[in-house]
Amino acid sequence: MSDPEQPQRPDWEEGGPERLYVITSGRDLPDKRSPLDMVTLIVSRNEAGGSMQPEQAAIVRICDYPLSVAEISAYLHLPVSVIAVLLTDLLSNGHVEARVPAPAKLPDVALLEAVMHGLQNL
Amino acid sequence: MDFRISEPVVGPRSEDALPASVTSAVKVVVVGGFGVGKTTLVGAVSEIKPLTTEETMTQASTGVDDIAGVERKSETTVAMDFGRITLNDELVLYLFGTPGQQRFWFLWNGLFEGALGAVVLIDTRRLEDSFDVMGRLEERGMPFVVAINAFPDAPSHPVSELRAALDIPDAVPVIDCDARNRGSSRDALLTLMRYLHTLTTTTPEPW
Ligand SMILES: Nc1nc2c(ncn2[C@@H]2O[C@H](COP(=O)(O)OP(=O)(O)O)[C@@H](O)[C@H]2O)c(=O)[nH]1
Ligand SMILES: [Mg+2]
Repeated sequence: MSDPEQPQRPDWEEGGPERLYVITSGRDLPDKRSPLDMVTLIVSRNEAGGSMQPEQAAIVRICDYPLSVAEISAYLHLPVSVIAVLLTDLLSNGHVEARVPAPAKLPDVALLEAVMHGLQNL
Repeated sequence: MDFRISEPVVGPRSEDALPASVTSAVKVVVVGGFGVGKTTLVGAVSEIKPLTTEETMTQASTGVDDIAGVERKSETTVAMDFGRITLNDELVLYLFGTPGQQRFWFLWNGLFEGALGAVVLIDTRRLEDSFDVMGRLEERGMPFVVAINAFPDAPSHPVSELRAALDIPDAVPVIDCDARNRGSSRDALLTLMRYLHTLTTTTPEPW
């Protein structure tokens, strides 16, 4: 089983364009224990509010159905590392919820069988 | 200068929305050199048009026109394509294509963390590209299968020769693949899943 404390965060944000710094209000990127993976699914819990940053409002708006962090990054044209920062606030304020990825370290047989079954139906 | 989003963000088309019941996601990585067919493979099996996520890489570089050869930092943007397959009401698979060259390995940490496994795509015209990639996956303990993407003008080698030339362990499946073909690409993924299944059922529990 996966440990939710495992580092799941991309390690690629050494420096970045100024724009990204502004969007994240210059805050540090989430620490190593951030539970966000590229395939963590995000779902909105309420409507986008006026007090949100435009990028955060956009996330809340497009996540009315589940979207992975990678998809949010693609639709907002922002790196995953920046999305992770924006999501940290939204998660702690309860505007969105995260559905963590299925455990992968030695995945259990049932999970693999579900994947195979799904692929066979493709 | 305006740093904010200038145009409204357009999310997925309604027909591309995941069912609200989906609770978890798994990922598989397709790795290989430029032009080997990663994006083609992802697109062949994906239920959505492949999307692109970008990351910036800051590199120290020494410009030729720098008088004193001063180090400068330059930024390179690396794009990663990915697609999606809804496996059932609760489970979704994401498939990421990532370049295998060493200078892109900075992308690998967040990507391979938690991935089920990898498909190494190989173009027989550029075999040497795949050596480093496989070595690196082995170091990470990331299980992989090898898919030979058959280009018409590529030399064709029997799998046994390729296995020897690339020093691929006997246990690792090596298959032929046409990345443009949905069935063939799906079979590459199924081969990976069957291999993972074998590993899971034959690896002793760590306690
Ligand atoms: N003949 C042939 N061409 C392919 C195959 N897979 C990809 N291609 C072509 O090779 C080119 C590069 O493929 P692409 O998927 O963009 O490679 P990537 O750089 O690894 O993402 C494209 O023009 C594809 O149409 C294949 O299996 N057979
Ligand atoms: Mg590509």
